[in-house]
Amino acid sequence: MIRLRKLARAASVLTTPLAPEDILALFDPVFSARQLRGVVTKVVPETADSATIHFRPGRGWKAHKAGQWARIGVELDGVRHWRSYSLSAPAGEDPAITVSDMGAVSGVLVRNTRPGDVLFLAPPQGDFVLPEHPRPLLMLTAGSGITPVMSMVRTLVPHRPDADVVLIHSARRPEDSIFREELSELADQFPNFRVTHWFTGEHGRMDFGSAAGLDSLCPDWRRRAAYACGPEGFLDDAEALWAAEAAAHPKDSKSARAEGATGPFAADPVNLIIERFNTSLLGGEGHDGGLVTFEASDREVEADGDTPLLDVGEDAGVLMPSGCRMGICHSCLLPLRAGQVRDLRTGEVHGEPGQLIQTCVSAAAGPVNLEI
Amino acid sequence: MTAISDRTAASTKSTDSVSTDKPVPKPRPGALAATGRPTVRPPAAAHLSDEQVAELGRELDAIKDDILAKRGASDAAYIRRVIKIQRGLEIAGRAALLVSRNKAAWVTGTSLLSLAKILENMEIGHNILHGQWDWMRDPDIHSTTWEWDFVTPARSWQHTHNDLHHRWTNVVGKDNDVGYNLLRMDEDQPWTPRALGNPLYNAILAPIFEWGIAVYDLELVDYKEGRKSKEAMTRDLKALGVKALKQFTKDYAATPAVAMLTGSGKQALMGTLTANAVRNVWAHAVIFCGHFPEGTDTFTEEMVEGETRGDWYVRQMIGSANISGSKFMHIMTGNLSHQIEHHLFPDLPSNRYGEVAPKVQEICRRYGLPYTTGPLLKQVGSSWAKVFKLALPGKKA
Repeated sequence: MIRLRKLARAASVLTTPLAPEDILALFDPVFSARQLRGVVTKVVPETADSATIHFRPGRGWKAHKAGQWARIGVELDGVRHWRSYSLSAPAGEDPAITVSDMGAVSGVLVRNTRPGDVLFLAPPQGDFVLPEHPRPLLMLTAGSGITPVMSMVRTLVPHRPDADVVLIHSARRPEDSIFREELSELADQFPNFRVTHWFTGEHGRMDFGSAAGLDSLCPDWRRRAAYACGPEGFLDDAEALWAAEAAAHPKDSKSARAEGATGPFAADPVNLIIERFNTSLLGGEGHDGGLVTFEASDREVEADGDTPLLDVGEDAGVLMPSGCRMGICHSCLLPLRAGQVRDLRTGEVHGEPGQLIQTCVSAAAGPVNLEI
Repeated sequence: MTAISDRTAASTKSTDSVSTDKPVPKPRPGALAATGRPTVRPPAAAHLSDEQVAELGRELDAIKDDILAKRGASDAAYIRRVIKIQRGLEIAGRAALLVSRNKAAWVTGTSLLSLAKILENMEIGHNILHGQWDWMRDPDIHSTTWEWDFVTPARSWQHTHNDLHHRWTNVVGKDNDVGYNLLRMDEDQPWTPRALGNPLYNAILAPIFEWGIAVYDLELVDYKEGRKSKEAMTRDLKALGVKALKQFTKDYAATPAVAMLTGSGKQALMGTLTANAVRNVWAHAVIFCGHFPEGTDTFTEEMVEGETRGDWYVRQMIGSANISGSKFMHIMTGNLSHQIEHHLFPDLPSNRYGEVAPKVQEICRRYGLPYTTGPLLKQVGSSWAKVFKLALPGKKA
């Protein structure tokens, strides 16, 4: 690696102001001096509106842990857009994302991606990963929430005879259920892995209102470390159930923790790990927006108090930096020049000149000037 | 302090950093007046009413909006294709120079490298540094990251060019591109005996144009007169030193050194020297055709006081001149042959100027404004005529 870097430096004497990577990119598109890239190697359709995209990342990519996600840049009509997608490939293998067509960017990925296409990448990240020590696990997933969990299952089940995994996956209909066949095959092959498919088209939404529903699907759920990934309502319900169980058995919970992971213990929010793909933004009542001024772009727009400044800017034709659009990746940071913003997640009104604000989760609270 | 358009605004980010302590938004710095008229309207546009100028502004805005709506994947593919071709030419040219003891290899290598450098500076570098391709959000092709094969560092040039020249186009005393502090290029610039050397200075400048621009971008006059801080000067000098060393090393040391392996060291050095000179003479010619040929106007500061968007557009049109010619010629000039359209819409992708030009010309005809254009040789001759004429004292011709 060090020798490579020295070689690149020597070569740059001849390529300046370009970097040697810029020249190599003529021959292999994964090379870039500034931007991690990957080349699509295979596209596998999963359901009618989802597909798995395998890619070969360039130098600078770090191997992913099962359950992590990566930001992927895609070009729509010449403009690069970034979204976050969970990696569905097992740890230790070349990365792949499984994408469901839910919007403009995911639609293009699912329908128009071909082997040889270039994807723009950011290294994998995220804490929704397997526990360090073996524990019985319960996976609760709904819809495309199966994606990170699939990576975990693929990593764990075939390679660890001591694994003990129960997966309850909810989808609308069997034909919408991503990875259904592979999951059934794994369950047949490995007795330490159990899958329950729940089809909301037949049975309605999975009931987390009381413990009874879950008891019938997985009687020992309380002693398992639980992972949940799915739509907002699904995760809120799960969180509420775990919190209610913890409140109902405060003592058990405490003693359980004292006894450690091996002993029987009651459900406890600590044992529920959640991956959210949407941030619920506070709806507006009585929140005044204001005049938003994009100074360097010379644009002014009247904005309401509920629209993220990122959307306001994009709608006004300003070249806004953006990333996850859910307030986690900080790619959309912009310096505030004047005014105050309201954090749409917390409702907190804040802002001082020079402060970097997350435009994807901040709305105008009165007149706002941004330095872009 | 009135004239700024949203098209030049990309470059003002760093220069207009006004610190605001109160959370009360200030009006944007340097915004154009919404209504009204400049203190004096330039003579070529004196026949227009305020309402006509406003209408002209709306028509040009509509032309821009039309392109913005169409801009997309095909434009992105265009710039990537040009970059790919340029890099191919550059590699091929340099490779040929490595064996340039062979005469044919020398001619091929020098020609390809000249071509590559011209493409890189004009259609690629100049336009990317204008932010014409920022909309793609590609960090590899972006005004904030691009560095070009030209001695002056991209960031210094962006300040004097995108901000000062495009904001204050042809305003004597504000836009130093009127003669580059070296030549007397306008009757309103006072004559001194020094001006007698005009043709000589210009002839020397042409083959070393990139070094002239590098010195110009240091803004020595502003430094001497206290408008530029010592820190800024030190920073710019350092940036230029680093850049110049890299450029010098690549063309005049590294390439000949590798060529020495085939006994072509001296020939390769002659090749890179020639390629740089060819590019310099070409760039100098194209740029002089932009604002100096017969028919282009210069302006006084009164003419920009109170300028509206419409008046700003008018000034860009009557202060610039186009070059007519083939598609290949347009690309080789970086579409600066569409100087008028470029000055109206500096950050529209250059591949779209050709499509805009007939509409702009039609607007000029309808509003009775000059639209200066002509073939390359005529325009070059016309700007050289001005260089000679203004060597001698005398007011308006």
